[in-house]
Amino acid sequence: MDKMPKWADVVLIPLISLLLAAVLSALVILGIGEDPVAAVKLMVDGALGSSYGWGYTLYYATNFMFTGLAVAIAAHAGLFNIGGEGQAMLGGLGVALVCLLIPWPHWTLALVFAAFGAGLFGAAWAAIPAYLQAKRGSHIVITTIMFNFIAAAVLNYVLVNLLRPEGSMDPATERFPEAVHLPSLHELLAPIGIEFSKSAPANVSLLVAVGACLFVWLLIWRTPLGYEIRSLGKSEPGARYAGISSVRTIMIAMLISGALAGMMAVNNVMGEAERLVLNATEGAGFIGIAVALMGRNHPFGVFLAAILFGFLYQGGAELALWTSIPRELIVVIQALVILFTGALDNMVRMPLERIFLAMRKGQN
Amino acid sequence: MDFLTIIQLLDSTVRLATPLLLACLAGLFSERAGIFDIGLEGKMLMAAFFSAAVAAVTGNVWLGLLAGIGSSLVLAGLHGVASITFRGNQLISGVAINFLAAGMTVLIAQDWFQQGGRTPSLIGGGRFTPINLPFAESLSGVPVLGPIYAELLSGHSILVYIAFLAVPATWWVLFRTRFGLRLRAVGENPAAVDTAGVSVVGLRYAAVLICGLLCGIAGAYLATALQAGFVKDMTAGRGFIALAALIFAKWRPWHAMGACLLFGLLQAIALRFQNIELGGITIPVQAMDALPYVLTVVILAGFVGKAIPPRAGGEPYVKER
Repeated sequence: MDKMPKWADVVLIPLISLLLAAVLSALVILGIGEDPVAAVKLMVDGALGSSYGWGYTLYYATNFMFTGLAVAIAAHAGLFNIGGEGQAMLGGLGVALVCLLIPWPHWTLALVFAAFGAGLFGAAWAAIPAYLQAKRGSHIVITTIMFNFIAAAVLNYVLVNLLRPEGSMDPATERFPEAVHLPSLHELLAPIGIEFSKSAPANVSLLVAVGACLFVWLLIWRTPLGYEIRSLGKSEPGARYAGISSVRTIMIAMLISGALAGMMAVNNVMGEAERLVLNATEGAGFIGIAVALMGRNHPFGVFLAAILFGFLYQGGAELALWTSIPRELIVVIQALVILFTGALDNMVRMPLERIFLAMRKGQN
Repeated sequence: MDFLTIIQLLDSTVRLATPLLLACLAGLFSERAGIFDIGLEGKMLMAAFFSAAVAAVTGNVWLGLLAGIGSSLVLAGLHGVASITFRGNQLISGVAINFLAAGMTVLIAQDWFQQGGRTPSLIGGGRFTPINLPFAESLSGVPVLGPIYAELLSGHSILVYIAFLAVPATWWVLFRTRFGLRLRAVGENPAAVDTAGVSVVGLRYAAVLICGLLCGIAGAYLATALQAGFVKDMTAGRGFIALAALIFAKWRPWHAMGACLLFGLLQAIALRFQNIELGGITIPVQAMDALPYVLTVVILAGFVGKAIPPRAGGEPYVKER
């Protein structure tokens, strides 16, 4: 018998954790001599008060949906993929190669192949840690951390020595051709009569990200493969006795995870920067951890949590612009969310379980 | 490469290996007791900031060191509460601690000093100064051994000597004391330790706090000895290199020193030479940066001597009721 009704597990615990993180963040803002209420107002205004703000919020949210889904699908298989950052970096390389090497006639075609390239590179970067975990039992957390650093070094080498245009000091590729420019939300919404900010970076990749959420939901809960992934995550011996190959399932789950993280590059590299720069990922791979924890590894939860973090990111940028609160406040909030929804989960859960048990006893 | 260049290279190897070594030994205590710690980086960063901040305000580097250790212990305590008391996921707790440190240090630095997330440069008593070993001056004329003694062994700050003395100390504590035996047992089979009537929770907290202490010294060394002040993200992945060294050393103190010196040498080489010509092939500097991580993956893969972590690592201990 479950100690708690399902809604408490899915909704109540994340909300309480979020509330705790928010209260502590408010205390931090108070501590550095600023007004938390004014700060929240400024964040809401800046991130949600205009279509410009929404454009940025949704742009960040698109990144976080991909990386959050990547963490979530690995978590369903019982794996902690902390390497989303490296996989997204390599995904950027895939996008850049697809966009620069092939003269695309139209962005739709380019988008399909760029997403494929990004996914391929991201998956390839997840493949080695996955293989080592599946076959040799090397702890995937450590190997994916190491692969993040290796990815940074690889990207640095490729950008400085191979892809940098001649005469340029900047370690970045040249600009992608005009033909692969992805339409922004402004360009998408204008024909149907909706006015959307021209300068905001949110683009058609948002739809790809929403599609990815749907895909992951279908995969996890509506296919035999998803069933195998979940059984492996619940109990490896159990899955083995049921005839599920743990090696195969770990490999597939991690390849999909890496591909999803890599596909983030369609948004930030192809949709926004339109060239590959160093540190294009800006830590989005790590935010995926917070997003997946917050969203309870469910694609719809990840979708909501990604928008929440998109709001925090854009709001944080506005704070840094108008007040003396640095952008790093968002890193603190992110840390607190990870802490309460992840590591200190039991701190919230145990008292709640006791309350629900007491209530149930009272009814009988 | 002449003799003096090699001495200078080794000298900077020692200096760069010191923070790695301290953090690596910190991780050794924690992981030997069955508590994974990927938050070494965060604890070092926090300690680096508070040591530099207090040293800058008071002008006393020892107070800075204490503040650094204190702040690192707070984070270690948090890790303990999350992973021992509330039996949470130790890896996630470590990730949270890294972000907490990355954010809080800049936030507080900006609030206190308004210098874009850094502390003022430390001068005079705010820094650890080099210690000249006896007769270093007069012996420096002796061929070969003279420069080795005067340049390589002498002239480091006290924290460097502490770090290298911590290696035999760690070995002695872990392998020659009752506490060390119990600590290692709690990382392999906590139920057995519990049956023997020894507190698993107490031992694990002790290990986590020792880890905090050593990370604190490592961070203070970065900000008050290796460099003069705190800058944003100044640990620059050293906590993870230390983690890599720990795996490379297969959780053994003397090997940890070897691994840290090796990784320190790689850093020193990358710092001194941009690209290295080796028999007509140019090794790019990025390869040097990536090498510690690549080596660790190779070791983890078990192709060259398998690294097997403490058996109970990462698992919270639940006493049967």
